[in-house]
Amino acid sequence: MMRRALRLTAVMAGVALAAAACGSSGNNEAPESNASPTSTPTGTAGGAALPDLKGQTVEVAAVWTGDEQKNFLKVVKPFEEQTGATIKYTSTGDQIASVLTPRVKGGSPPDVAFLPQPGLMKQFVESKALKPVSNEVSSAVDANYSPVWKDLGTVDGKLYGVWFKASNKSTVWYNVHSFEDAGVQPPKTWDEFIDTAKTLSAAGQQAVSIGGADGWTLTDWFENVYLSQAGPQMYDKLTAHEIKWTDDSVKKALETLAQLWGNPELLAGGTTGALQTDFPTSVTKVFSDPPQAAMVYEGDFVAGVITSSTKAKLGTDAKFFPFPMVGDKPAVVGGGDVAVAFKDNPGAMALLQYLATPQAAEIWVKAGGFTSPNKNVSLDAYPDEISRQIAKALIDAGDSFRFDMSDQAPSAFGGTKGAGMWKDLADFLRNPKDVQGAMNALEADASQAYGN
Amino acid sequence: MTAPPETAERPGPPADKKETRGSSGERGRPSTAAAFLLPASIVLLVLMLYPIGFSVVRSLFDASGSSFVGVDNYIRMFTEPETFKAIRNNVIWVVVAPTVVTALGLIFAVLTERVRWSTAFKLVIFMPMAISFLAAGIIFRLVYEQDPGKGVANAIVVGVHDLFATSSQYPDARPREPQALVPVDHGFETRASVRLGGTVSLPLIGFAPGKMPENATDASPVQGSAGAPDRIEGVVWLDFAKGGGGTPGQIDPNEKGMPGVTVQAIQTGTVIDTTKTGGDGRFTFTDLSPGSYTIRLPASNFAQPFDGVTWLGPDLVTPSIIAAYVWMWAGFAMVLIAAGLSAIPRDALEAARVDGGTEWQVFRRVTMPLLSPVLLVVFVTLVINVLKIFDLVYIMAPGSVQPEANVLALQMWLVSFGGGNDLGLGSALGIFLFVLVLPAMLFNIRRFRREGDR
Repeated sequence: MMRRALRLTAVMAGVALAAAACGSSGNNEAPESNASPTSTPTGTAGGAALPDLKGQTVEVAAVWTGDEQKNFLKVVKPFEEQTGATIKYTSTGDQIASVLTPRVKGGSPPDVAFLPQPGLMKQFVESKALKPVSNEVSSAVDANYSPVWKDLGTVDGKLYGVWFKASNKSTVWYNVHSFEDAGVQPPKTWDEFIDTAKTLSAAGQQAVSIGGADGWTLTDWFENVYLSQAGPQMYDKLTAHEIKWTDDSVKKALETLAQLWGNPELLAGGTTGALQTDFPTSVTKVFSDPPQAAMVYEGDFVAGVITSSTKAKLGTDAKFFPFPMVGDKPAVVGGGDVAVAFKDNPGAMALLQYLATPQAAEIWVKAGGFTSPNKNVSLDAYPDEISRQIAKALIDAGDSFRFDMSDQAPSAFGGTKGAGMWKDLADFLRNPKDVQGAMNALEADASQAYGN
Repeated sequence: MTAPPETAERPGPPADKKETRGSSGERGRPSTAAAFLLPASIVLLVLMLYPIGFSVVRSLFDASGSSFVGVDNYIRMFTEPETFKAIRNNVIWVVVAPTVVTALGLIFAVLTERVRWSTAFKLVIFMPMAISFLAAGIIFRLVYEQDPGKGVANAIVVGVHDLFATSSQYPDARPREPQALVPVDHGFETRASVRLGGTVSLPLIGFAPGKMPENATDASPVQGSAGAPDRIEGVVWLDFAKGGGGTPGQIDPNEKGMPGVTVQAIQTGTVIDTTKTGGDGRFTFTDLSPGSYTIRLPASNFAQPFDGVTWLGPDLVTPSIIAAYVWMWAGFAMVLIAAGLSAIPRDALEAARVDGGTEWQVFRRVTMPLLSPVLLVVFVTLVINVLKIFDLVYIMAPGSVQPEANVLALQMWLVSFGGGNDLGLGSALGIFLFVLVLPAMLFNIRRFRREGDR
């Protein structure tokens, strides 16, 4: 794996291309000697050469704004230099589906879009809006990704998407000083986790901060417990709604969650507080001074919130531990952004092919705040220990990694503020005694959204 | 909304009016009229009538738009509980918001009429109108923030509350052994009774060692006071030292006594004696009459600090959002009503005053009737505006309570774009909303026409 990456890098360097941007950290500008790389078809991304696209414009739409947008533009810069194409980036804001759907209906979609949910990708495939990728893209994916990621980009046997960005949503972040004050260690199993929370509470701290005002944090809680407890096979079945939400495995998972959610003493601000706290606040509560809670569960992006909105330092004040095991095996639930093509043109396909290469991913990896599902991306490229551990857990999970369930479900069920899973789990957090009621509500909403 | 025409017409003397009407009375040929009307009708057709017609047609098709489903979408709409909640909230909005806004606008308009610097005052009240709903929504999310340190509303409520009730020293503290020290009226009481000469040790947890009062010293076990048979001695301590460790229920090194805890000795339900713990958490009851006692730590020790009101919780979310709306629109109502007020003929008011009417009577019997057309227009305009309320609700309601705050326009957006992807049902909701707005619009149009004919 490593050798392959080296070979690729060597070839890249040989033709004086993106290697300049990827190889040397901090310098993302191509050197001056690379003045006319556009005159000939060049590049070796994923094995096949990138075509000459001089004068073409590739429109890319994604949810990224601010720093993420800047980093993405850095990623595509070598592509522009290699092919001569111009990338036109459009930020859709949070509501990517509401932006893309009318554009598809109106016949003017972007060439490439990054979709944050496989469910959305499936919807677009079903409405025949997406184009299957070319053979070059497909072989680039084969070379750089473990099969689970290819499966996630495949609908009805055809590959539609390249997973460019990934996130590890099985991380519990904690305030190191709070743990020291209470004399507790990061727990490994769910039972230890509950005991830890109780000890923290005995020490006069609010143990767990939950961003319950945002429903998606609650779906992530459930998914981690369910995947770890019921196993990947059951997880897949529930994701596809092949088993009902009234299944015993769901009941068990909800009862497990209720050990925490049903104990207001362990929640920051009690049940009402948890339901009124949005995700960013749930993080700042833990890492503000004085802390208002000791730990918070959410994905790797918590690190970004810690750095941007608190004074806590990652690695010294703030650390994470993997989501505690409920069953015998650790679970890694994750998310990501998949690049898909709305138009079958050389520009779009070449961009997808480029995005599947480790070179493209490493540019953003080095800039920080980014985890790549690409197995050929060197772990050394990650800028610090925490992001390296996150990436390692994700890559190590290999095929036992599972994608966020709510992101794979129809968005009416898994991705709508105030509806479906978000609402039903918020109701469950409000009243954790009513396991049966929660299961019935989930099943009712699921069967409506899945249409079965 | 344009300013009601009557306010513009009234101030002019009748002679002017007649002249204006005379000059506009001449009519051109129908073809000229048609030529002038054409651009407007095209715009109307393309931008108004076609979309309405299309929505009606779309509402009769399913989610994908491929198969005709008749009135199924309408049936679904009225059988889904979400829609009912949205309709209920819309009714609350329509009843409360325009009434309050109009009333406040009237009060401001009347009060500012005779104030010096009234323009400045009006400007300030009108200013929120210049802010978009989105910005106002974000501002009010901050206002309603739960943490009194951040949210103005709770800072005020907590501040007022704390003037009358002081908080306790050890909020959140609770017994280490809930079996031995059972909750009573939010305080705690020993389950086993204590005999004279006996000792009690009461370990508490759930309070941060770092927050202990400064006069707290290391706790030490109580020796029996066998020599003093009229006494009960005991210690209340924090059974948790910084860094953890130690044996639960035992006084370990570094564990501090809890000073200032009120302790009561109770016999058959009545408080016999009350004392407070010292710096090391010790307390002693002396001169007790024989018998057995239970020891109580009353609720006053553990009262939670008042945390403010959950403004954006399920119960208060709609009123809270309406308040934000009122803040925004009171200025609008005030300006229109003030314009109406200034158009009221002074002589009518003077006449009423000369006839001996009090200010209140003049207001009730003269000002109000003359003002009522303006008030109606303002009210109806607000009704239309409130029916389609969306932004404030979408932005202000936290996800977990959004279903409680739902309104029709939001529901329409949710089912069509916000994940539901069902443009059929969305169109049906849109048509329903249109039908609801229609009477108010017709009313307004008719009013304008009547004003025009006058």
